[in-house]
This record gives sequence, C-alpha cells and structure tokens, in this order.
Amino acid sequence: MTSENLVYFIALPLFSSALLMLLGRKADKWGHIFATLVSASVFVLGVMEFLAMRDRPEESRALTQKLFTWISVGSFNVDAGLLLDQLSIAFVLLITGVGTLIHIYSIAYMSHDRDRRRFFSYLNLFIAAMLLLVLGDSYLNLYVGWEGVGLASYLLIGFWNQKPEYATAAKKAFVANRVGDFGLSIAVMIAFAHFGTVSFGGIEEKVGGASETALTAMGLMLLLAATGKSAQFPLQAWLGDAMAGPTPVSALIHAATMVTAGVYLITRSNFVFDNAPNAQLAVVIIGAITLLFGAIIGTAKDDIKKALAASTMSQIGYMIMATGFGPAGYAFAIMHLLTHGFFKAGMFLGAGSVMHGMNDEVNMRRYGGLAKFMPITTITFGLGYLAIIGVPPFAGFYSKDKIIETAFNAGGVQGIIFGSTALLGAIITAFYMTRVMMMTFFGNKRWADDAHPHESPFLMWAPMAVLAIGSVASGYLLYSGKAIVKWLAPVVDKHHHEHTELLPPIVVSALAVTAVLIGVGIALAKYRGELSATAPQDVSIFTRVARRDLLQDDANEFMFMRPGQKLTEVLVKTDDKVIDGMVRGVAASTIGSARGMRKIQTGYVRNYALLILLGALAAFVAILVVTL
Amino acid sequence: MIFDSPALEYGALAPMLVIFGAAVIAVIVEAFASAKLRPALQLAIALGAVILSFAQVLRLRGTQTATAAVNSVVVDGPVLFMQGTILVLAFFAFLLLADTDAFAAQASAIPGSSEERAALQTGKIQTEIYPLTLFAVGGMMLFPAANDLITLFVALEVLSLPLYLMAGLSRRRRLLSQEAALKYFLLGAYSSAFFLFGAAFLYGYAGDVSLNAIHVAVSGGSSNEAFLLIGLISISVGLLFKVGAAPFHSWTPDVYQGAPTPVTAFMAAATKVAAFGAMLRIFYVALGGAVWSWKPMLTAVAILTMIVGSVIAIAQRDVKRMLAYSSIAHAGFLLTGVLALSQEGLEASLFYLATYGFSTLGAFALVTLVRDSSGEVTDLNRWVGLAKRSPGVALLFATFLLSFAGIPLTAGFIGKFTIFTAAYDSGNIAVVVAGVFSSAIAAFFYIRVVVMMFFTDAQDDTVSVTIPSLYTNLTIWIAAIATVILGVFPTPVLDAIASLAVFVR
Repeated sequence: MTSENLVYFIALPLFSSALLMLLGRKADKWGHIFATLVSASVFVLGVMEFLAMRDRPEESRALTQKLFTWISVGSFNVDAGLLLDQLSIAFVLLITGVGTLIHIYSIAYMSHDRDRRRFFSYLNLFIAAMLLLVLGDSYLNLYVGWEGVGLASYLLIGFWNQKPEYATAAKKAFVANRVGDFGLSIAVMIAFAHFGTVSFGGIEEKVGGASETALTAMGLMLLLAATGKSAQFPLQAWLGDAMAGPTPVSALIHAATMVTAGVYLITRSNFVFDNAPNAQLAVVIIGAITLLFGAIIGTAKDDIKKALAASTMSQIGYMIMATGFGPAGYAFAIMHLLTHGFFKAGMFLGAGSVMHGMNDEVNMRRYGGLAKFMPITTITFGLGYLAIIGVPPFAGFYSKDKIIETAFNAGGVQGIIFGSTALLGAIITAFYMTRVMMMTFFGNKRWADDAHPHESPFLMWAPMAVLAIGSVASGYLLYSGKAIVKWLAPVVDKHHHEHTELLPPIVVSALAVTAVLIGVGIALAKYRGELSATAPQDVSIFTRVARRDLLQDDANEFMFMRPGQKLTEVLVKTDDKVIDGMVRGVAASTIGSARGMRKIQTGYVRNYALLILLGALAAFVAILVVTL
Repeated sequence: MIFDSPALEYGALAPMLVIFGAAVIAVIVEAFASAKLRPALQLAIALGAVILSFAQVLRLRGTQTATAAVNSVVVDGPVLFMQGTILVLAFFAFLLLADTDAFAAQASAIPGSSEERAALQTGKIQTEIYPLTLFAVGGMMLFPAANDLITLFVALEVLSLPLYLMAGLSRRRRLLSQEAALKYFLLGAYSSAFFLFGAAFLYGYAGDVSLNAIHVAVSGGSSNEAFLLIGLISISVGLLFKVGAAPFHSWTPDVYQGAPTPVTAFMAAATKVAAFGAMLRIFYVALGGAVWSWKPMLTAVAILTMIVGSVIAIAQRDVKRMLAYSSIAHAGFLLTGVLALSQEGLEASLFYLATYGFSTLGAFALVTLVRDSSGEVTDLNRWVGLAKRSPGVALLFATFLLSFAGIPLTAGFIGKFTIFTAAYDSGNIAVVVAGVFSSAIAAFFYIRVVVMMFFTDAQDDTVSVTIPSLYTNLTIWIAAIATVILGVFPTPVLDAIASLAVFVR
C-alpha cells in the first residue's frame, strides 16, 4: 500500500532542527520545549501508524511512499522512497519513544548549558536521520540516513568541545565509521552490479539469480558496515571514547538507537544473508567475539559510563550473533534490541543522574552508598540491572534467553560453541553489572570532599521511571504468544522455517539463570566489603589488559595508526623533501647561499620535471611489461 | 594548381568563434579605451561573449552536426555539454575576476620596486586579465572538440599560454605568484613536448593525424605497434600533466597556491573540464581499440593519483594547497571514469566534471573572503573557529567540503557514486576499491576542516571575513545551490547528459 504520510516522520524533526538552528539565540527560551514537542508528536504519529498497521491484514501491512526520482540514468533508477513495514515500525517506535524521553530528560540535564537550544537542534537532526535510516526503501536511501546519523552523532559527541579529549574521541568515532561506510558503499555497488537495482524489494525479487560468491561478498561488506556503526569487533574501539559526550547522548545514540543500526542493516538484508551461509557464519563469529570482548572490558572499567559502553558493545554482540542464525534469530535479535533500548537507556540516564548529583564524577571508586541519597535513581537503575543480567521475569531474561537457545539450536559443534559463548557472556554480564551496582549504590562512601549527592529533579527521574517500567514489562509483552516472532515473520521469515531444537527451552532457561547466579555470586563475594577510592595497582596481567580495553587501542595504533602516519610522512617527504632536498643541496653548494626563494624554486622545477620524466619512463616500462 | 577554400561550418563553430572574436575585441579595447572605462567595458564584453556563446551552445543542442572545419573539429553531445559547462564556470569566474583586488597593479613592475609603488599609488588597475581569460576559455572549448592531433595541440597551447601569464598576476606575495607562473610555464612546455612527441609517433603509426584514422589503424592492428605504444604513452603524459594526475602532479599545489585565487578558481574548475574532455575523446574515440595496452598503466596512475592526493592533503596546513591536493585526488576519481570506457563511464565523467567544477569554483571564491590586513589568509590554523564569527561563510564552505568528500545529498556523492558504479560495472574492481578507500581517507581531512571551523575555539581574532560584493556573493551562492540541487535532484542533468553523451567519430 502507498501512503502520503511517511514523509512527516522525517520532515518534522528536520524542520524543527533547521528552525532552531536558523533562529539562533532568539529561540533560546522555547527551543528545547519545541524540539521535545516535535519529537513527541512524531512518536504519536508512529503509534497511530502502528495501530493502523496492526489492524490491516498481514499482506498489506507495509506502506510505501515515493518522494521523488532521485537518480535516473539509463537502466539505473533510484527513487527517494520510504518503506514502513513491521520491522521499521518497531524501530520508529523505539527511536521516537526513547528519543522523546531523552529530550525530556535533557531539558533538566542541560538546563545550565547556554547552548541548550543548539543541543536540541542536533537531537532533532539525529532523530530525523535515524528515522530516514530505518525508513529508506533502498540501500542508497539508507546510506543517506547512515551518513546523517554519523554527522549528528559527531556533532553531539563533540558538543562540549572545550576539552581536547572530546575532539580526539570524535575523531576516532569518525575514522571507525568511515571504514564501516566504505563497506556499505562497496555493498551498494555490488548490489547494483548484480541486481541492477539497490532497493530492498527489487533485490529480494532477484536474489535467486545471483551467485553465492556475489552474495557472500555483499554480505561481508554489509557486515563491515555493521561493525563500524555498531561498535563490533574489530571496529569497536570508538565506543568507549564516545562516552565523552553528554550523557543523554550516550543514552540515545550509544545505547538505544544509532549503535543498533548494524543489527537493523543485517536484519533488513536477511534475503542476502539467508543465501550466503559463509557470510552468516562470519556474522555469528563477529557477534560472539564482541559479546565476550565487551563483557571482559566491562569487568575492569571504573568509569561508570565506560562500563556501560562496554556492556552495550557486548549486548549488541548478542544481537549481531542472533542475526547470524538466520530466520531463527532475526526476531530475537530485534527483541533484544528493543528490550535493550529500554534498560540500557534507562541505566545511562541513571548514570547521568548519579553524575548530576556527584559533580560530574564518573569514577565508580568515588561513589558508594548512594542508594540512601538517590532512592529513585537506585530503583530505576536497579530494575534495568535486573533486566540486563536476565533475571526472570524482567525484559532481558526473555530476549537473552531466546538468543542463547537459538545459539544452541544452531546445531552441531558450532551450536555448542556459540551457545556456550553466549552462556559465558551471561555469567560475565551478571558479574560486571553487579559490580557496577555494588560500587555505585552500596558499600562504603568514597566520595570526593565536596560531593553532596541528591536526587535529580522530576524531569530527569520521570523518563528514568518510564524506561524502568519498560525494562520490567517489555520482555513479557514482546514474547507472550510469540508476538514479536509472528509480527516480524512476513519480513524476516517468509518461508516459515521450522526450527530444530537441541535443548528444550526449559533447560536453556535453567542454564541461563544458573549463569546469572554464578556471575552475581562472584561479584557479591568480591565487592561486598570495603573498597578503596583508588584502583589497586597490584593486579594480575589479565586485569591490566582488560583495563586497557584488551589492548584495542594498542592494536589499532600498531596496525593502522602508525603505518598510516608513516605512509603520510613518507609520501609528503618524497613530494616535498627528498626531491627538493636534493636540489637544495646542489643549490647550496653551487650558488653558495640560497638567498632568494627563486633560486630554490628553479631547482624545484628541474626536479618536478625529473619526476615527470621518471613517471613517463615508468609508464613505458609498464606498457612494455604488459605487451611483451 | 587549384586551391579550394576550405568549407567552414560557421554555425557549428559559433560558440568558439564568439569567444575568440570577443577576445580579439578585448585586446583592441585594452589598447585604445581609456583607463577609466576599461574595467567596466572589459567585463561587459567578457560576460556578453560568454552569454552569447552559451546561447549558441543551446541552439546547437539538438542538432546532430558531426564534424566541422574540414574534419578538424567535432561538435557532438559531450562537446556541447562540456562547452556549456566551461562557459557557465567562466561566467562566474569573470564575476570573481571583476570583483577582487587580487591582481598586480602593473604586472611588469618588479616586485618591491619604485615602479610598483607608483603604480599602486596611482591606483592603476590592469585589465589584461579579461582578454587572457577569454583566450583561455576559447582554447578550453576547442580542446575537447578537436578531432585531430594538430588541432588538439593548438587548443592545448591556446588554453595554456594565457593561464601561465594569469598565474603570475597576483597583487600580494608577488614573488610566490611569479614563481608559480614560471614553474607552470616551464613544466607546461615540457609536457607539451611530450604531447607533441606522442602526436608525431601516432602520426607515424596511423599515417594520419585525425582521431578517426587512428581508430581505424588501431582496429586494423597492422602497423608497427611500437609506434602506437610510444605515441600513446607520450600523449598520455601530456594530458595527465594537464589534469594533474600523479606522478605528473607536482606543479599543482605550487601553482594553485601562488596564483591569484580567482585565477586558481577558474583554472582548477574549467581546465579540468577541458583536459578531461580531451582525454575522454582521445581514449574513447581514437585509442579505445588498444585498451589492453593502456588500461593497466592508466589504472596504476589512477590509483596512485587518488592515494597521493588524499594522503598528502592530510598534511597540508594551507587551504589552497589542501584544495590543490584535493583536486589531484579528484583527478584520480575522474580517471576511473576514463578507464570504464563505456557509455556509463562517459556520462558519469561528464556529471562529475560539472559538479566538481561548481564546488571548486565556490570553494576558491570563499577563500577570497577570509582575510586579514595583508590580504587573504590561507593558513588553515587561522580558520579555526571561523563559524563563531561568520557562520554563513563557514556553512557554505562546509557544503563544498562535504560535496568534495562525497557525503550524500551533495552533488559530490552522486558524482562519486555514478562514476564508481560505472567503473565497477566495467569490471575494474581494483580501481573502485582504491577509489572508495581513498574517498574515506579524503573525507577525513575535509571534515577535519569543518570541525576546525565549527568546533574549535579561535585563538586569535585578526582574521576577518570581508563582506562579499554582489558578484562574489552571487558566485558562491549559485555554486552552493548547484552543489545541493545536483545532490538532491540530479535527474534532469543526468537525463540531459544521457540524451547527449555519444561521441561522434
């Protein structure tokens, strides 16, 4: 079915963003309220579309809208078009729902910032770009949103740009994302070369005719794109540093929405991956590595936001792994994505609330015993905590449990390996989250001298409370009667695959709960007593490696940064130094002193000419080699 | 002996005849009109000629004229599109030339001499720049239209010689400017020699100078192949020099930096269109049959050019040098279109040239606005925090940079996308991977400048942005609007190109 209304999802927040930008200081008084109202009205629009969609029969649920013909060259046509189906509506509700809550929270959180209006303008821009990403009906339209969220997140991470480390953080995020975008652009080109179209529907129709090699290549490139945006191994390093941005940004972008774009991309491309088993296996492996990687880093972080960031990385690892299991896993990946959107955003806002009360202190070793002073934050954060570690019947239990089950059911040795990895991840998750809980809200006070913790204002705790309700209830609501599986089936499981069972669900649940108990138990034993306000230095090599993010920065530096800098240096030197260095030497010895610049410059020309001659000779040699 | 006077198809040649005619008139005006009248008169002649010539291009748009002037000139779709593009770029370049005090009061005065001071004090303004530019524009229009090697060489020289002079006319930092001019001239002459050498060998190979005859000889494949290869390489060196491809690029940063900025804008935008036009014609029309021999070499050059341009640009601290390396990288991207050797490749190249031309013109025009007491400020470190003081200028510059970087919804994205897709379609995966990879690198330094302007606080406040005059303002805004429109609604232009772009032999 076609619709005329989809464009408003993007147009409204985009308009609001531009308006606040253009009006400048004139809009300072009401800009934040306006932006929040716009975000809320887009959410209402989303709810209305959702209700209408639910009432339609399954085959006519998807809505499309053609905006205009974007590119049309010969046989190649790309329309700027939107597609709202069962998958995208889930994202629309998450983005606008959590987005609106974070707008509300930010009104209070940013109230002392003189550039609050600009911040809200960026927030609206982000919402618009993210909605375009999930509503685009082709890879090219998705790409526009993909770049758009990159730009908006860059603006938001760098919002407090007074501190130099923020600029570095923004830069690292940018580089990782460029590598990912490189994958996406190659994937788009492969799609075009093999299918003659880049729209999701068009490719799905023709996917049967493509070779598996092409689909595998496309799948791997899409996976590369996903690892960049979703902070998956090996492009994960930027996420921890991106925590330098304002906390509501971390909640919105780095927990609930943008970082999950990779999961969306793979789920949306299910028709590619389902026909490329090797690419699927790569997806599972990347997910499995990342879920352990993130969890291990999480155990060693003292910065509350970085601990949560590591946890996000790990949880998205779960989702990516689930998408790699094909039709059996997509729905659970999306389910975990939605529940994670609630509990992780809630915990980030909780962390923001703690920082608000503790003079922006982020080091958990300087917290302790805050439960008494911030009861609401403690409760909402605690509910999120119960959800993430997977205590039944909280949200995370349902979603994570299902992923572990799917992993075991993948069959064979693989199934056992991936299932065990997922279980191990659950133990570690329980451990590090309990650690965060204990260090922050319980135990002895280790505050700075000038800390006066207090509960946050209503505008801040209300969104946290709403998210906490979601953390409690969303899992059951999504899973009861297999609601989400049936809802998404027309998009991701058209052929109704029968899924085999290795272990009965009840056994998996028992295993998962046992894993949680083990993790919590170890953490309680370790962090129950008095803690010191500084991190102990006499720790094992493993702790030290984990504190250094499992050497991810060292690896990046060694493998990419140094060679990159070296290459630049060498090229610049050959261009500027070697060639004119030679000349300078000659000029200096023959003329005596190179007084005027002109004399050196004459030499430059001679050497430029030499370079041209060498280039021509090289070309001759190249052609000779080819023709002989 | 009977001599037939050659038949000249004046109608088909009209766009170029108008420009050359106006250039001759401009020389006469320069000699006889009073100094007071000259600037306005010259500008009027130049703009009038460009408009008239553009009207002629539009008139010819539908016609299927093949060759003119005894087979030495071709007027076909791609040529008309490139001539139109060059004329539009020239129109705005003239507005930039008219507007600034970028030029030496008296070009012949030695820098720092009393003569120069006197010229400055009496407020002399030299207007030779107008006829020079007109001649260059004429040469540029002829270059892609030339159908034989002799005409090609003549066009190359007609477009180059005025540029050498123009590069040396800067009012400030005159030594740097004169060095740039001399350097450009010497290296240009050197590469012209390569070109001529190659032309001679191709003549030896085919027994004829016309591109069509070379095509026939290549398809026949009978004659001495060594002649073909030597000719092909030498002629490529001449062309690759003009487009600024590595390793023949070394003049570009020095000349772009030294030349007066409006001249750089014109040179960077329009020369690239003309040179790539000629290159596309030679490789598509004459040497297409010998693709096996030049493809590996040109692939290597394209990859090297993209990487050298993108990587070295990172280390640049001068905005004009940075844009110069960026233009080198773009030459590499454009070479992928030449390499595609297909209809899509041709269309994509034409579109890329148009978008690149506009963004470049706009970007350099903006550089003329950022100044301190001693003239333009090109040191990037002093652009830091520009957005705080002049958000408009910073935003426009960011638009051009984002387009260079190929971010969606700008013209640059569509250009890159279509040209890489064409290259991928032709099976040249290596060049596409290198292209996308170096675009990723290139995006880094473009966006770094955006970040510097917007997110870093300024250390000193000596830099100010002059309020642009109507002319410059118009140029910048049109360029920016074109950059965005071609990114969001590229279809009309792509359609127009698709309906036009068939090379006639």
